[in-house]
Amino acid sequence: MTNLDFSVVFDRWDMVLQGIYLTIRLTLVATACGFILGTFCAIGKRGRTPWLKKTCGIYIEAIRNTPLLVQIFLVYFGLSNLGLSLNAVTVSMIALTINVGAYSAEIMRAGFDSIEKGQLEAAETLGLTRRQIYWHVILKQALERVYPALTSQFVLLMLASSICSQISAEELTAVANFIQSDTYRPFETYIVVGALYVVLSLLLRVLFWVFGLAIFRRRRNLAAFI
Amino acid sequence: MGQSFAAGYMLFLLKGALWTLGLSAIALLCGGVLALVVALCRISTQKWLRLAMAFYIQIIQGTPVLVLMFLMYFGLPALGWSVSPLLAASVSLSVYVSAYLGESWRGAIQSVPQAQWEAAECLALSRTQRMAKVVLPQAVRIATPPTVGFMVQIIKNTSLASVVGFIELVRAGQIVNNTTFQPFLIYMLIAVLYFSMCYPLSIFSRKLEARSGEKSYA
Repeated sequence: MTNLDFSVVFDRWDMVLQGIYLTIRLTLVATACGFILGTFCAIGKRGRTPWLKKTCGIYIEAIRNTPLLVQIFLVYFGLSNLGLSLNAVTVSMIALTINVGAYSAEIMRAGFDSIEKGQLEAAETLGLTRRQIYWHVILKQALERVYPALTSQFVLLMLASSICSQISAEELTAVANFIQSDTYRPFETYIVVGALYVVLSLLLRVLFWVFGLAIFRRRRNLAAFI
Repeated sequence: MGQSFAAGYMLFLLKGALWTLGLSAIALLCGGVLALVVALCRISTQKWLRLAMAFYIQIIQGTPVLVLMFLMYFGLPALGWSVSPLLAASVSLSVYVSAYLGESWRGAIQSVPQAQWEAAECLALSRTQRMAKVVLPQAVRIATPPTVGFMVQIIKNTSLASVVGFIELVRAGQIVNNTTFQPFLIYMLIAVLYFSMCYPLSIFSRKLEARSGEKSYA
């Protein structure tokens, strides 16, 4: 058994920090954009326009039933086929957004569907338009109900962002790959990086929990954040 | 490029798809056995066992599968064990499956009504008998729809075995691409193949869920 030497990773802490920074950036950008995309998709899928319904349905099913790795490669090579040469980080952001968009669409749809019919009828009676009903009546209540499911999806997204290392976006896993090939200490490197991911996911949970407390006054459902 | 070439590539991809299914089956079986252990430990009467398993679940659920895969494939040889791609992929996927399914099955076991436990206790069944003869058979019914849904996640995550050089669908595609240089076309084909493996399972899980009248958001 060889001696373990974890210092090789900590000696390169500046690289590790940069990797963490990119992982967080990818996660936050994809979370924000993906959530907006997903919400619109969920509304589209519940709407009355047939072609929009179908498009949103196909998008959701196609993304949910194929691996992220393949999606990332498809975006990467698809965009370059179109003549767009974007850097790996931008491609990663686009691919992650598309991916998490489909998952949040499905979650938001479940949330929208859970709103009682009486509320919608009441809103219609008050003469609100469909857009107003979504904005003033449905959206916030639905979000509050699915918030735990949504946030655990975003934590999964953070973990999945490690796959972006495969198109050489220099996030945490890519940094780990570099360090281990530089130092020949793969075990120590991946243990430390794995632990960093655990810490990051815990931090992200706490962040979402605090965010939830801030935006939902009634704080229902939020006890279940761990 | 003749027709036979294209057919040859296609055959290679299909072989890769078969390995994807094989690896998924290994991960489901080995991971399932581990998951049962995890679930039973999580509801054990021993506090330290419950805490240890909760810790294990937190660690595994907080680590990307990709990092697990690298840790097994590159990390273990550094400690003196030699690991083949198939072994590394199987072990890391099984560990991943054990944490997620274990937690899901614990929920299923605990959602068997308390009265069933009490009734079994009244019949003087031991704890093991209660678990094996009364609780688990009912928990299986509750756990089936989410487990089938999770099989989709397993199939998708086997794609990560490509990074350690195991020739499943994605790796097969990369090999074909090295000679044809048409990445978009090939990855599209791969996506279609994955879709045709996963979509029926998704539908099936949704049907099961509708039948059991349970709603899950995720």
